[in-house]
Amino acid sequence: MKIAVGQGSCGTAAGAGKVYNLLEKTINENSLNAELTITGCIGMCFLEPIVDIYADDGSLKRLVKITEKDIPAIADYIQTGDPEKIAKLEVSAADNEFLTKQTRIALRHCGIINPEKIEDYLADKGYLALKKVLAMTPEQVIEEMKLSGLGGRGGAGFPTWFKWNAARQSAGDVKYLICNADEGDPGAFMDRAVIESDPHSVIEGMLIGAYAIGAQSAIIYVRAEYPLAITRLKKAIEQAEKAGYLGKNILGTGFSCDFRIKAGAGAFVCGEETALIESLEGNRGMPRLKPPFPAQSGFWQKPSNINNVETFANVPWIILNGGPAFAAMGTEDSKGTKVFALTGKIKRGGLVEIPMGKTLRDVIYDIGGGIRDNKEFKGVQMGGPSGGCIPAELIDTVIDYKKLNATGAIMGSGGMVVMDENTCMVSMAKFFLDFTAKESCGKCIHCRIGTKRLLEILERICTGKGRQGDIELLEDLCNEIKNGSLCGLGQTAPNPVLSTIRYFRSEYEAHINEHRCPACDCTELLTFEIDSEKCTGCTLCKKKCPVDAITGEVKKPHLIDFEKCIKCGKCRQVCRFDAVKVF
Amino acid sequence: MSCNCTASDLSLMNDVLEKYKAIPGSLITVLQNAQVLYGFLPQDVIRHISTQMSIPPAKVFGVATFYTQFRFAPVGKYLILLCQGTACHVNNSQKIEQAINEELGIFDGETTEDGLFTLKNVACLGCCSLSPVMMINEDTYGTLTPEKTKKILKELREVQA
Repeated sequence: MKIAVGQGSCGTAAGAGKVYNLLEKTINENSLNAELTITGCIGMCFLEPIVDIYADDGSLKRLVKITEKDIPAIADYIQTGDPEKIAKLEVSAADNEFLTKQTRIALRHCGIINPEKIEDYLADKGYLALKKVLAMTPEQVIEEMKLSGLGGRGGAGFPTWFKWNAARQSAGDVKYLICNADEGDPGAFMDRAVIESDPHSVIEGMLIGAYAIGAQSAIIYVRAEYPLAITRLKKAIEQAEKAGYLGKNILGTGFSCDFRIKAGAGAFVCGEETALIESLEGNRGMPRLKPPFPAQSGFWQKPSNINNVETFANVPWIILNGGPAFAAMGTEDSKGTKVFALTGKIKRGGLVEIPMGKTLRDVIYDIGGGIRDNKEFKGVQMGGPSGGCIPAELIDTVIDYKKLNATGAIMGSGGMVVMDENTCMVSMAKFFLDFTAKESCGKCIHCRIGTKRLLEILERICTGKGRQGDIELLEDLCNEIKNGSLCGLGQTAPNPVLSTIRYFRSEYEAHINEHRCPACDCTELLTFEIDSEKCTGCTLCKKKCPVDAITGEVKKPHLIDFEKCIKCGKCRQVCRFDAVKVF
Repeated sequence: MSCNCTASDLSLMNDVLEKYKAIPGSLITVLQNAQVLYGFLPQDVIRHISTQMSIPPAKVFGVATFYTQFRFAPVGKYLILLCQGTACHVNNSQKIEQAINEELGIFDGETTEDGLFTLKNVACLGCCSLSPVMMINEDTYGTLTPEKTKKILKELREVQA
């Protein structure tokens, strides 16, 4: 019997470490016949911590939301083999659909293998793709990638083979292959999960890329906020080197490629490839003018190729199964699968990998189980601060680069944040602009000052000080910023504003004209009132009000003085009878 | 940038500088190592790095101030990283920030007078399904409410008393 505890960052945050330690202690003290191991992110973040029990015949029992108090039951099961002991802890059939409805390619090993053991990776066709590639010519490898139709999974969807080919064609003996693992989009964690759960597939994909373009050096640029990912990558690189898969004269073929990890230092703009190169060179991460493109002149002015983590994780699968097998999935324009980080007001949040061509409804309702607390679905933010918001009426939009772009959103790196009726769209746009204004590197005036001005206008709208003409001013400024910025950060920063104006203009108008927030989210625009029918006169709100705006006697309905009320919302938070209404 | 006049033990940097001094493009790595050694980047350490690596001090400061990871003042014993990612925002992380402020009287980037707590807002901790989330040193606390947050902070303070 094998027991695997899911230990990605999500699992650890939910307490998987404690569960593992206690399980280990219990197994040792009672000399139980079970092998304890770890695995990466299973992707069912809403059920963490997860413990998988594999019987000797390979069948799986998945136990969810495990806490320390469940350990005795698990120990009982190990001893007796009686499934009744753990029946209550097993994942429900409905929740299990979260996984069974997915098609996993990039995530094929996530939550299955132990990411810290190369043996586990090797046991599931690990490094076979590399062996196959080393017997091919680089041109054949690029051709296979062309057949697959794989597009860059960092967000833009640019054909991977084209970038590889451009770097291959560039003159020069010294070339670099770089993996962009600077996943800065707030609300996205796909790349972290892949590295934490299956680091070898990223390394193998990079080696294949390095062979194809003729690079001898590979660098992984990882966000410093991902310490676990960095630790696991380091281990994986050491193991792969020891086994002869990277370093000098790989598998005796004469092909050499050294690897190193560079920890980023926290700058969203470094997700832009030329800014990333500047950062690698030890500078401020400010984008360069293109052309020349990195394929001609990149890291230290040498031809360089940059792809994202998920892109590389797909590569070994494509080589082993053939480009056409990958291209068989998806739509005319977008081939293969895509991983999304499904979060926000969703019932089942986590990692979702589906073939392109599914609809947003498939992801949000079929896989995600719909909206939390049975509230109404309002919209979904795709692509984070560079993306846009897709409203409820477009929920049947097909997931495909072109179709998503047509809505004003983007595929992006895979952040999918679901919003319900209580999310204010103006406030949402303000949130993203606050982020991009802080993260603008400052090189282009339109981006540096324009995003700041956008933020100021949105702030005044959210506090009821919006002026007539503000919507038009926002639109005008958005277009200026798009046109006047050098890199993707500035060019896409206005997207959240433009898409929310496009689909939720009436919300902007309500804020400006009526000083009202339809979602009851912008506190400064709310009016608090006590429902005399529901109020029991418990006096709790009166006690908690910081400005003594509430009056009333014990056991009699209370009243809020609108003049004194500072709209802090305390009374509503503490009321146990749902008597405080806002409008 | 305020001056932190206490002299730092520059010899702590010897090994790091020895290893990276000659490697072009390693300034950020050196600064990251310095922050691990000192807890933040003291001004005299930055100048020392500049001299040793033959990089103008303006450039070293320029790079250090560009990236959010670098700090120029010591942090409290408990560093609170409050997640302000999209999922946490949607799930009311502002209310958690308000609760921390009410309990400790500090805003983003500030440290309590007793030097116990520092609050730092961060873009995303990547535990979106547990949102709203905060990390205090190595521990992650999920599905927070204002009351739960205050209780956690109170308990940490009591441990000290």
